[in-house]
Amino acid sequence: MNVVVLTILTLGILGTVAALVLYFVAQKFKVFEDPRIDQVEEVLPAANCGGCGFPGCRAFAEAMVKSDDISSLNCPVGGAETMSAAAGILGKEVAAADPMIAVVRCNGTCDNRPKTNHYDGATSCAVAASLYGGDTGCSNGCLGCGDCVEACTFDAIYMDDKTGLPVVKDNCVACGACVDACPKDIIELRKAGPKGRRIFVSCINVAKGGVAKKACKTACIGCKKCQKECPFDAITVENNLAYIDYTKCKLCRKCVAVCPTNAIHEINFPPKKVKPAVAPATPVKPVTSDNNPSSDNKNKEE
Amino acid sequence: MLKTFSLGGIHPPENKFSAGKKIEALPVPSQVAIPVSQHIGAPAKPIVKKGDAVKVGTLIAESAGFVSANIHSPVSGTVFKVDDIVDASGYRKPAIIINVDGDEWEENIDRSTELKKDITATPEEIVKAVANAGIVGLGGATFPSHVKLSVPPGKTCEVLILNAVECEPYLTADHQLMMEKGEEIMVGTQIIMKALKVDKAVIGIENNKPDAIKHMESLASSYPEITIEPLKVQYPQGGEKQLIDACIKRQIPSGKLPIEVGAVVQNVGTTLAVYEAVQKNKPLFERVVTITGKSVSKPSNFLTRIGTPLNNLIDAAGGLPEDTGKVIGGGPMMGKALVSTDIPITKGSSGVLIMPNEEAKRKPMQNCIKCSKCITVCPMGLEPYLLMTVSDKQVWDRAEEENIMDCIECGSCSYTCPSSRPLLDYIRLGKGKVGQIMRSRTK
Amino acid sequence: MSTLTISPSPHVHSGDSVKKNMYGVILALIPALIISVYNFGLGAIVVTATAVVSCMLFEHLIQKFLLKQETTIWDGSAMITGLLLAFNIPSNLPIFIIIIGALISIGVGKMSFGGLGNNPFNPALVGRVFLLISYPVQMTSWPIAKALPFSYTDVTTGATPLSVMKEALANGELPTNVLHEIPSYRDLFLGLQGGSAGEMAGIAILLGLGFMLFRKIITWHIPTAVIGSVFIFTGLLHWINPLMYAPPMFHVLSGGLFLGAVFMATDYSSSPMSKKGGLIFGIGIGVLTVAIRVFGAYPEGISFAILIMNAFVPLIDKYIKPKRFGEKPAVAK
Repeated sequence: MNVVVLTILTLGILGTVAALVLYFVAQKFKVFEDPRIDQVEEVLPAANCGGCGFPGCRAFAEAMVKSDDISSLNCPVGGAETMSAAAGILGKEVAAADPMIAVVRCNGTCDNRPKTNHYDGATSCAVAASLYGGDTGCSNGCLGCGDCVEACTFDAIYMDDKTGLPVVKDNCVACGACVDACPKDIIELRKAGPKGRRIFVSCINVAKGGVAKKACKTACIGCKKCQKECPFDAITVENNLAYIDYTKCKLCRKCVAVCPTNAIHEINFPPKKVKPAVAPATPVKPVTSDNNPSSDNKNKEE
Repeated sequence: MLKTFSLGGIHPPENKFSAGKKIEALPVPSQVAIPVSQHIGAPAKPIVKKGDAVKVGTLIAESAGFVSANIHSPVSGTVFKVDDIVDASGYRKPAIIINVDGDEWEENIDRSTELKKDITATPEEIVKAVANAGIVGLGGATFPSHVKLSVPPGKTCEVLILNAVECEPYLTADHQLMMEKGEEIMVGTQIIMKALKVDKAVIGIENNKPDAIKHMESLASSYPEITIEPLKVQYPQGGEKQLIDACIKRQIPSGKLPIEVGAVVQNVGTTLAVYEAVQKNKPLFERVVTITGKSVSKPSNFLTRIGTPLNNLIDAAGGLPEDTGKVIGGGPMMGKALVSTDIPITKGSSGVLIMPNEEAKRKPMQNCIKCSKCITVCPMGLEPYLLMTVSDKQVWDRAEEENIMDCIECGSCSYTCPSSRPLLDYIRLGKGKVGQIMRSRTK
Repeated sequence: MSTLTISPSPHVHSGDSVKKNMYGVILALIPALIISVYNFGLGAIVVTATAVVSCMLFEHLIQKFLLKQETTIWDGSAMITGLLLAFNIPSNLPIFIIIIGALISIGVGKMSFGGLGNNPFNPALVGRVFLLISYPVQMTSWPIAKALPFSYTDVTTGATPLSVMKEALANGELPTNVLHEIPSYRDLFLGLQGGSAGEMAGIAILLGLGFMLFRKIITWHIPTAVIGSVFIFTGLLHWINPLMYAPPMFHVLSGGLFLGAVFMATDYSSSPMSKKGGLIFGIGIGVLTVAIRVFGAYPEGISFAILIMNAFVPLIDKYIKPKRFGEKPAVAK
């Protein structure tokens, strides 16, 4: 009997002492954390993709709670809905950011851009880019090793086996991981546009027109026709390369019509009725590389 | 027991087909293209324009900074244009294109072949002459030589080491140069010694060139301050750090230059160029290029003007074989695969290796089996398997911790790997990234 | 002109391959296999064949149906696992137990970690230890070696020298009293002792070691460290009390020490990468082996020692780095 009592007593006292020590230690090393951080984190997508520029969703939540002006902060994955929910918790104002999407600015498919070399190194664009300009005459274009696909944590980009180019799917959240991964800076984040409609120059070749055209059938040759045509001053041509400013572009599609090499792409527009023969089976397809009309008729120019 | 470096090393098949082939002067081509960036450092600034008449040895582009080099015309004729040409990597880079007309040399170049032994120039004059002549490291690194000859204040040079190792398989340019221009190299050595103010020079030659060792030893007998050091055949003995370790048993600490251990290393080809620049007033506009390969019908050593199209060289060696898979500028271990044969010979072209198709293909990569053979062969005592993993996973701080910047890119790890893993591909990538990060930190 | 191939340097390769290394190890195991067949006859052949075939079959099945990879059974590594497993079990073991052992070796020991090169523990030992714990009776009744026996199950069984020693200690006898019961060193070295199928003949394994060193498949560091540390540690114990502890030569030559030190501890993926690390790893194995043999409950400890040290390999790799170039201070001036 005595043994039982003694055991209970000893363990009881030990337990109490330990509890007291723990309590005081916890008090001493207490860290105050704003409970709103948890709340904000709750509404964030928990993708930890780093698209906001912070290392993970919690760091972003902390930044949102701590900074007074959150207009510069944006979670591209969650979009406006998430941002307004988070701002609601904090009682702050948030500017509505346009939804963005990644676009691949190269159309150098195997047909358009004949191979001049055979690459036999490690399957990594970064390795290939550090070695040489590329296995075609174009030293700016896509290397096709798929670093962007590897970088994507949302399964929103894949390599098209036929064209050898990456294709961005509609579930792209514009986190920018592929943009960072691409050693050739081919991928750009652009405004997704109303109904996903957008227009961009699908080429980043800065070589002179003749050289660019020789390397790739659909290269931008810097002819400035689009610049002259654009009624909104949205197009600039620098280093033999046109660029469409998506904040100014009104999607009138006049530039698409005048481009002699079909380097300017329109995405998600309904097919034009005047040219039924060109894009027959695939009316609206959310891929960037498949729906360019053939450019054979224009090849004799230049 | 012959000396060699202390860590790692491999011994790939030597395949020195062009050994013993006399140096032949390649005919001057009808047009040359001279890239303005043939060296490490800032590209030279062109000082000629379309239509200008030039002679052999005329300065056509001048050095743009301390680490940069002059470029001289290798031919006489008129400048056709200054335009971009495709370089060995497929990028377009500016170059001076000259149409050749006759072969008229600048008057002040001494074209006689007689040996000029007495050195009248002062150390300062030597460094200046070397800089004016546009001499760069001819072993392939193309680092401007006058920079190496200027010992930084506070440091002293104790010994000059001449790199006659030629540890790359296939290449024989330096070997042949020693056999034919041994005397000149001896005088060149003395010139460099004078510039560096040292009284000791060691010429390191690998033991697979017994004729060169014998020849150089007999010549060196009349130069008491120059010793010949026969070395055990081991790649990458031609690496600066490895050569110093092999010859004088001193190891350069991580991130430091050879002068830290009191040594300066020069290639034998460079030494000859220094002799010609100082004693004969001849700038660097031609060099010996080995053209070789298993399928090449006439492996040779050609004295080639800079800017000569590679195709001329290939034609002179019997044409491009049918089954060519790869054309490599340099040796098989560290050379660069060329995107086309339509490029000019530059100051750094020590050789051209033509590889048959089946040999050019890499084997498919397998899992790392952790056999640790890459560690065994690494001459820098690194762990290539780990560096590849951290580079692939982009853990740059870990890569820096594991001394990725010490890698000399000799390729021994990739050569050895039983799983055929592209170790060096990734390590090189990591080196680039870590280097960027380190530079941005010091800024 | 055909299109030129572009790749980063180096442009040549030594021609070494996983297959070459693995088949090299298999060749090195052949002498031990021959001795084992000589000693245990049909038993050794049946056990070895079962283990090898089932290891390869399990690897193939797992890769085909679970991992959906290309099969790699011909690279030789599954064959080695099978051989080593067979060498570590008695040659009269029921076949179903061998198959279970192979499944554990390949399934748990190797493929669950990602296959070739990723296993933290030696797969054959994982299987062996699993069997030792699950079927202790079958796993510790060894047939007695006699020249070319042709029966499989119906053989006389006997103790191994190490278990004789252990039993003596358990009965309170001095081990030196039973020394006459164990074979001479010469017999131990030539493999004339009881034990698992392939572990007895020191000479056969040393032949294999010589071959592997010659072909540069492994380096000398790990085997030397294991055997050396066992010799030194038991020598020390013997010197302190020669009556209680058996002489060092006995420990070195008996049991599976040679097989463990040469073929099991040197398994590529479960041993440290650096040479220095290999020495530490080997010494750890040696000390643990002796500790288990002399002070522990099991007569033989090499399997456990290797598995325990396998667990330390990541730690060793993290802290023991190869000697970097330029580490030694410059001697200039």
